[in-house]
Amino acid sequence: MDGCPKNGEACPQLLDLIPKEREWLKMRDGDGSSEEKKLELRLGPPGGEDIWSLKDSTKNNNREREDQSLLCLGYFSSSMNNNHNNNGFSFLHHQFSSTKTTVTPQNSPVMAKESSQPCCTKVVDLQSAAEKKAFSSPSPAKNIAVPNSSQKRTAPAPVVGWPPIRSFRKNIASTSASKPASESPNDVPNKPINEKPAKPSSKTLFVKINMDGVPIGRKVDLNAYDSYEKLSTAVDELFRGLLAAQRDSCAGGIVNKQEEEKAITGVLGGSGEYTLVYEDNEGDRMLVGDVPWHTSLALCLRFQYGICSMFVSTVKRLRVLKSSEVSALSLGSSKQDKIMA
Amino acid sequence: MLKKMSYSSFPEDLLEHVFSFVQSDKDRNAISLVCKSWYEIERWCRKRIFVGNCYAVSPRVVIRRFPDVRSVELKGKPHFADFNLVPEGWGGYVYPWIVAMASGYPWLEEIRLKRMVVTDESLELIAKSFKNFKVLVLSSCEGFSTHGLAAIAANCKNLRELDLRESEVEDLSGNWLSHFPDSCTSLVSLNIACLGSEVNFSALERLVGRCPNLRTLRLNRAVPLDKLANLLCRAPQLVELGTGTYSADLRSDVYSNLAGAFSGCKELKGLSGFWDVVPAYLPAAYSVCSGLTSLNLSYATIQSPDLIKLVSRCPNLQCLWVLDYIEDGGLEALAASCKDLRELRVFPSEPFGAEPNVSLTEQGLVCVSEGCPKLESVLYFCRRMSNDALVTIARNRPNMIRFRLCIIEPHTPDYLTLQPLDVGFGAIVEHCKDLQRLSLSGLLTDRVFEYIGTYAKKLEMLSVAFAGESDLGLHHVLSGCESLRKLEIRDCPFGDKALLANAAKLETMRSLWMSSCNVSFKACKLLGQKMPRLNVEVIDERGPPGSRPESFHVEKLYIYRTVAGPRFDMPDFVWIMDEDSALRLS
Repeated sequence: MDGCPKNGEACPQLLDLIPKEREWLKMRDGDGSSEEKKLELRLGPPGGEDIWSLKDSTKNNNREREDQSLLCLGYFSSSMNNNHNNNGFSFLHHQFSSTKTTVTPQNSPVMAKESSQPCCTKVVDLQSAAEKKAFSSPSPAKNIAVPNSSQKRTAPAPVVGWPPIRSFRKNIASTSASKPASESPNDVPNKPINEKPAKPSSKTLFVKINMDGVPIGRKVDLNAYDSYEKLSTAVDELFRGLLAAQRDSCAGGIVNKQEEEKAITGVLGGSGEYTLVYEDNEGDRMLVGDVPWHTSLALCLRFQYGICSMFVSTVKRLRVLKSSEVSALSLGSSKQDKIMA
Repeated sequence: MLKKMSYSSFPEDLLEHVFSFVQSDKDRNAISLVCKSWYEIERWCRKRIFVGNCYAVSPRVVIRRFPDVRSVELKGKPHFADFNLVPEGWGGYVYPWIVAMASGYPWLEEIRLKRMVVTDESLELIAKSFKNFKVLVLSSCEGFSTHGLAAIAANCKNLRELDLRESEVEDLSGNWLSHFPDSCTSLVSLNIACLGSEVNFSALERLVGRCPNLRTLRLNRAVPLDKLANLLCRAPQLVELGTGTYSADLRSDVYSNLAGAFSGCKELKGLSGFWDVVPAYLPAAYSVCSGLTSLNLSYATIQSPDLIKLVSRCPNLQCLWVLDYIEDGGLEALAASCKDLRELRVFPSEPFGAEPNVSLTEQGLVCVSEGCPKLESVLYFCRRMSNDALVTIARNRPNMIRFRLCIIEPHTPDYLTLQPLDVGFGAIVEHCKDLQRLSLSGLLTDRVFEYIGTYAKKLEMLSVAFAGESDLGLHHVLSGCESLRKLEIRDCPFGDKALLANAAKLETMRSLWMSSCNVSFKACKLLGQKMPRLNVEVIDERGPPGSRPESFHVEKLYIYRTVAGPRFDMPDFVWIMDEDSALRLS
């Protein structure tokens, strides 16, 4: 693997980080001039011409360096930094906070807490040889600004894919019946909260949901809702932005979010442009809302895993269809009677 | 006088026989590079191939080079697909491979797939194309239903292994099991743990009863506990057992049947399942504990005292997966009683809660690192960590090969000093010289990446989230980690410069994933243009990236090396940056 410096330390060790706005790498002053050659970062096979050196500071190189090479390596144009506050979390929700938001891909707000901005004002000095030697000691690095973490912890904003747990695992954990704790709680004296393992609030049941005209599927956690209305709101939040982007990309222009976003209303009852349907565990397609969300306790006993909603316990997959296409489909609407009987 | 020996004087048959003892893919690849005749001989006798990315090479080319393959292993989607970061419909379809292999490899015996989309059509084609088909392993796959499985069951007469581990199966009917013909007695391994609905139990019972070589049986949650004893009595030779639901009303006859059945299973080495476990039934399995090497309790919601009772009866345990209900106290007991432990995974029971619900901290892991000298693989979810603890773990276990730590809240600093965890992870890479896989979490600056680039010379896969400060971080990794094959990054301020400066490095790696980072569309185009052997995929759900200023950051970027050129099955939210598309989009 000849792309890498044989002496692993040579390259990174001699780079300074200059955390001012748009500067990146810069040559060290003073010693190590013989090493300068090594320090240049190259695009292309090692040992090739160094026309793509990153040696210069990137402040004033825009036009000029582009002329030198087709592959002038990045300068950060200012527009990038203006419009793109992309240092935070992705914008899509799995679970929804109770407040209704109009988060869309286009104006994705950064939902990080204060403590998630660790880097802006920090100065990390990578050149101190002394500190390098002392590397393995646990002494704190110097000059690191540390966020105040003594603030009250709030529930973190949900982030897609974080923490990194596979969805099948979430589902399996979700329907776990919680069992009473041990008989002898004194076994673990310092336990902060002595409670049943799985609280209902943490149970999740993810099912896939697709929408007509949107190529990207999503998953929703059915256990996060307790009524069709809340589910419908969630569906709106999931797809509104995507649908707007979709429309826009067909139109071929830049999205103007405020105007393009229309709430997806009336997915229940078939009165709106879209209708929410589901496939049940027998593969039949059903209208969402046909059976009561909450099922009587007597009926519950028929279902495994103790989920007290016939809807939640039978739904395998959700789809948001154009209402015009729903009527053409044969829906298993008589099933309700079958099961209730 | 010494006569120089010519390789070509070796009879081909002899070489072929010698090569047959060489199992590792790496060594086979090396052999094929020696000379033209070795290349020829080797390619004709290669029986198994592994393709780490189904888009890196076309099936046609594989079949042309290796005409007599019996076993194929293919991987599809990027690893982050496990966490829902790859939009549905991205790709990873196995069908074109099956079609090509159906005509190219009529004697194919084994197919192992990971993270691929497998349709019922694909399964039906497998079932009817390969006359001597024996092994089907679908790991984290999706897109198929029990209809496809029925086709496999009905037609693959010599089936030895059917393993659906962690796949998402459309569960249309539990009756597919009855499609195994009565003549099917060849099963060695059956894993249906991922299926949601009830299976035809009498069909299952008969199948288990007539397969004398069955070693692995992993049931799904719909199999009730009172049926388990029956199954075990029919298959006392089992080595690996995944139970179904492990709960029932407390009845002494159920308990004694179960305990009796377990005590008949003298070969059992692995236990998993335990859904909805009722602790009172656990002692029924105590008789097999002393022989267990592997225990997966990651679906068992039981608390520390019960876990301690179980684990401390398993002195030969090598692999333990468990929920964080085990707590620090349970891990201490583990460290005291399981001296042979090599792998530990601790999963969170409430990953989305803001506050800890259990007393599981860095202390538990420190204990295990002290008490278990063979520990080499760790996946650990927790809510607090310190540099001190990481340094201790690193010093205790320099033999660590896989170290994945997930501190659940992003950007969490050392809870003692409020410093970043750079030094702690630095110690891990410095001391664990053979580290192959690393996942980072917590508050981290670019410094940790400098440590990684400097020390992690054998690192093959690195996962990074919410870390680093600038391009320098990524640059350290790409320029320093010589053995790096897979790099996955999310939500880090890494951008164009580091990527472009190390473009050549990307050709030495299998793949790079970056989502919610600072890579501009311009840089993606440039990479695609200048690096023809890379597929540079921009995945953007906001519509064509060309419709925005090209300095805008792309949502997701997936880069992989390929000899197959751009793929043709992209959905309309994926764009491949090749020379043409760069022209087209600019």
